[in-house]
Amino acid sequence: MGQTISEKIISKHVGKKVFAGELVISDVDGAMASDTTGPLTIKAFHEMGGKKVFNPEKCALIIDHAAPSPNERIANLHKMMRDFAKEQGIRLFEIGEGICHQVMVENQYVKPGDIFIGADSHTPTYGALNAFACGVGSTDLAATMMTGKIWLKVPQTIKINCSGKLKEGVTAKDLILFLVGKVTVSGATYQAIEFSGEAFEGLSLASRMTIANMSSEMGAKTGIVHPKGLQLDYDFEAITPDEHANYVKVFDFDVSDLEPQVSAPESPDNVHNISAYEGTKIDYAFIGTCCNGRLEDLDIAAEILKGKKIHPDVRMVIAPASQSVLLDAMKNGSMSTLIEAGASLITSGCGPCVGTHQGVPADGEVVISAANRNFRGRMGNPNSNIYLGAPSTVAAAALEGYIVNPKKYLL
Amino acid sequence: MKATTIHAKAHVYGDHIDTDRIIPGKYTKTLDLSTLADHVLEDLDPNFNKIVQQGDILVAGINFGCGSSREQAPLALKQAGVSVVIAHDFARIFFRNAINIGLPVLEIADHNIQKGAELDIDLKAGIVKDLSANKVYSATKLPDIMIDILNEGGLVNYLTKHGNYSL
Ligand code: SF4
Repeated sequence: MGQTISEKIISKHVGKKVFAGELVISDVDGAMASDTTGPLTIKAFHEMGGKKVFNPEKCALIIDHAAPSPNERIANLHKMMRDFAKEQGIRLFEIGEGICHQVMVENQYVKPGDIFIGADSHTPTYGALNAFACGVGSTDLAATMMTGKIWLKVPQTIKINCSGKLKEGVTAKDLILFLVGKVTVSGATYQAIEFSGEAFEGLSLASRMTIANMSSEMGAKTGIVHPKGLQLDYDFEAITPDEHANYVKVFDFDVSDLEPQVSAPESPDNVHNISAYEGTKIDYAFIGTCCNGRLEDLDIAAEILKGKKIHPDVRMVIAPASQSVLLDAMKNGSMSTLIEAGASLITSGCGPCVGTHQGVPADGEVVISAANRNFRGRMGNPNSNIYLGAPSTVAAAALEGYIVNPKKYLL
Repeated sequence: MKATTIHAKAHVYGDHIDTDRIIPGKYTKTLDLSTLADHVLEDLDPNFNKIVQQGDILVAGINFGCGSSREQAPLALKQAGVSVVIAHDFARIFFRNAINIGLPVLEIADHNIQKGAELDIDLKAGIVKDLSANKVYSATKLPDIMIDILNEGGLVNYLTKHGNYSL
């Protein structure tokens, strides 16, 4: 019987051929927690009698969700993480180094064919790298850091096949928003997704990360992009599905005519063509996050805003996904273009995405964001409304003051 | 598992209740778990933490607990006194987290439990009796390892006792 990518990766780790539905205890290649989940992880690690993490080189802690700390309570939790990292000899990524998922990929904590467990729901982002990566909570992660293992039910796989090439001015974010709208926020619960087809083959690693990132918004355990066309600056062995692999469901879409997409409040799957929302007045534009805070995202926003000023009634916040993204955007000029246009630069990290500190919207305000979630209250105020779109859509809206198709700025 | 039978009242909410609604991100940065209960479900039903009684049952529709991996979500419910969550189905990280911290969760795809219903629950057997509607439901069976973890009262106790996972 043929195997899916997930079945192959898990089989490799447990030393026998396994298929969907089987329960396994697997070795893991890496584990990480952020400052939302890390302190509880450390507490649980001690409570379960943990002395040493299974392998300090394969564990990481990242201070990104509320960085730098906005108050003494969070400062103390950050200190707890720093102390634990020192004591265990594991690397702690400091405030400003970047969002957990970005720094895990940049620093090669995860590679093709790996099993990676992260205490954050967007851990499936590493599926961009042809890896099996799952999000868990703090206690599960503590157990993984202690034992180097995780128990898993081998998931069934949904195949999403997209034929056709995206049109000029339509990006990976538009594609994944479209797919979230079709599959829905619970359409892949407990299951793995395999993204394959021509539409994905030409995508950069950054764009593949945007795709895999939002498999979380379909409830998936993991979302893996077919490695065809994946280019990395090291050699790797690509894991591809067998021809007769067993899929629980197959979606086929021709995306060659896809238009820019927008997700309206207050669920990521409330997705429509941008035309449905054109003219919606916005107060606040945000580009950043593990979904769309990378160099290509800042570059496309800079292309739209070059030599112009954002609308006087709009404020714009940029949080690069990592320090290395920030440095690259400084070197290539995108960052000065954005700041000259009126954007405000904040520390690399999660920033306003999760409503913990900076950039909370006011009552009744409308936000256009390049993030992945728009649940009620997500950015810290339940009385604001969040629309999700591609960085190009966010930049065009910042410029005009309302949601508008960005394509006229990109052709 | 300490109590294996529960008799309590149901608080019923709808589909897709995400973790931001169970406990907003701004309250999650704490190890003082008692503070979580003050804000549980506040963006969904600001009255919930006033009306919930120790041992009450939370009932929901599909995809309960979608969104973030924050374990503070099941912890907030447990702290507020919720003894078990019943839903048509759960988001997977929430489901694991709840079992790991010792909050029983029951998946009943076809339940039609109404607000205020009196329920009798046999956790071990996964049987829910809706006394108000005179109906009996049986929950989807958990994988054995989850039953073992729940029986120990959560993953911390499980690993303290066993030192490692076993199937
Ligand atoms: S950027 Fe947002 S979605 Fe990504 S890890 Fe941070 S809080 Fe989560």
